[in-house]
Amino acid sequence: MTSTTAPPLPVVFTLAWRELARFFRQRNRVIGALVQPILFWLLFSEGLGQEAGYARFFPGTMVMILLFTAIFATISIIEDRNEGFLQGVLVAPIPRWAMVLGKVLGGAAIAMIQASVFLALGWFSVADVSPSPLGALAAVVLSACLAVALTGLGFLIAWRMESTQGFHAIMSVFLLPMWFLSTAFFPQDADGIAGTLVRLNPLSFGVAGLRQYLQPDDLIEGLPTHATCWAVTVGFALVMMVACWRVAGTRTRGDFVS
Amino acid sequence: MPAIRLSDVRYRYGDREAIRGLSLDVTEGEAFVLLGPNGSGKTTLFRLLSTLAPPQEGRFELFGHDLRRDPDAVRSLLGVVFQAPSLDKKLTVAENLLCHGRLYGLAGTELKERVSAMLERVGLADRAKEAVDTLSGGLRRRVELAKGLLHKPRLLLLDEPSTGLDPAARSDLWRYLMRVREEQGVTILATTHLLEEADRADRIAIMHRGELAALDTPANLQASVGGDAITIRTKEPALLAAGINGRWPAAAEVLDGAVRLEQQNGAEWAPRLFESFGEQIDELTIGKPTLEDVFIARTGHRFFGGND
Repeated sequence: MTSTTAPPLPVVFTLAWRELARFFRQRNRVIGALVQPILFWLLFSEGLGQEAGYARFFPGTMVMILLFTAIFATISIIEDRNEGFLQGVLVAPIPRWAMVLGKVLGGAAIAMIQASVFLALGWFSVADVSPSPLGALAAVVLSACLAVALTGLGFLIAWRMESTQGFHAIMSVFLLPMWFLSTAFFPQDADGIAGTLVRLNPLSFGVAGLRQYLQPDDLIEGLPTHATCWAVTVGFALVMMVACWRVAGTRTRGDFVS
Repeated sequence: MPAIRLSDVRYRYGDREAIRGLSLDVTEGEAFVLLGPNGSGKTTLFRLLSTLAPPQEGRFELFGHDLRRDPDAVRSLLGVVFQAPSLDKKLTVAENLLCHGRLYGLAGTELKERVSAMLERVGLADRAKEAVDTLSGGLRRRVELAKGLLHKPRLLLLDEPSTGLDPAARSDLWRYLMRVREEQGVTILATTHLLEEADRADRIAIMHRGELAALDTPANLQASVGGDAITIRTKEPALLAAGINGRWPAAAEVLDGAVRLEQQNGAEWAPRLFESFGEQIDELTIGKPTLEDVFIARTGHRFFGGND
């Protein structure tokens, strides 16, 4: 070996591939991240969405699938740490950002696959989910940005965690409320503190963007513009990526498995 | 140029000083063992050398590269076998190696050929497509070793490599390591708390409480103890030791509830001791000095003693 660092792109690709291979070999994870949001979608639509029908909660459910899959994908950092795989990566001659990017892109790719399956399902089964082909494509790209942002968020939380139980606790007090306090669940013009939080939540812009692409015939008043939705979502993803890269440079006692 | 040159290395976890001023050189091509009981600082030193722990104080040079200034150059020369497993259990044996190879810049046909050659060498060619979690502990260690050697490192670091291996597997492992050293000229540094494992090295560094207690070849270390180790079991060791020392300048000590002395001719001492103190002696053994005797002689502590 003469070169000092390995070429980063194959490293990113390999680590991302590993995420996909691991995820799809654990069937219960695939089911957990896809079936649970679909159940929620059916229940919310039946119980709360009377007039609007199944379309009302569709974009939000797509975001929930992205969120859940991102969570499950980043929980694996804690397992990588505890099972020792991470040590091998930490002593390899690779830049830290390649490790972060591999993990996040791998997780985001899984989330994208699941969300695309759901999108196809809605497109064929719900009349009001009727994007133009171009709109569907835009929705997929926007979901990809959201997936990167949410996987990055999961990475940030998981990096310093020592147990998966800790992650589940954060999930119920932070990540799930973050979903509920978005336009996935609340209307755009909700009142009070909740309404303010909903309008400040970056997830709301992702949901609003998806809603505009997926339900062009049935638009709700007062949604932010396309440009705003894109700017906030892309900004959210970028901020998360930079934060991950920064936080992954810090060592923790958990680097030492013994 | 030495493979490893450490000068005045220090490391602390919070208030606890794990390494207290350690300097040593490891020659290229050498099989070097860091021997010490738990808590002696050897695992900390392993973490520093493997670049897992960032250096705090002291100089670290590996093949002339400064570990602080150029960690990536150092990393590409290292093969690291951790004590804790580092394999992805959900991937197959071959996938683990392919993944590892790419982290070290290998690709394409060269990578595939190396992986199959490596699996052939460690006798796992027929298990290549099996998931790691179906393998026994001993076979997993072999995959770990294959992983550590796949990218042809110049220095192979192993942390307690025979943890969980039976004596036969341990012998196999060392025979294999020595063969790799012959063929590829790789320098080997292993940590161990097993005295019988340290015997196989060219040189042994004995660590005690974060310091170097001794550093030499196994033969020289044993010769340095000077004579036979005589151990006497008795009901009142302090009394007996005082009695012996009152009679001869024998430097008898109490260690772990037994009386211990080192003398050139153990066989001549046995009748002398029985003649004078026969009543008090329950059992008397004479042994050639072992590495444990070296450890005791250098540190004044038993190898597997308490936390005194």
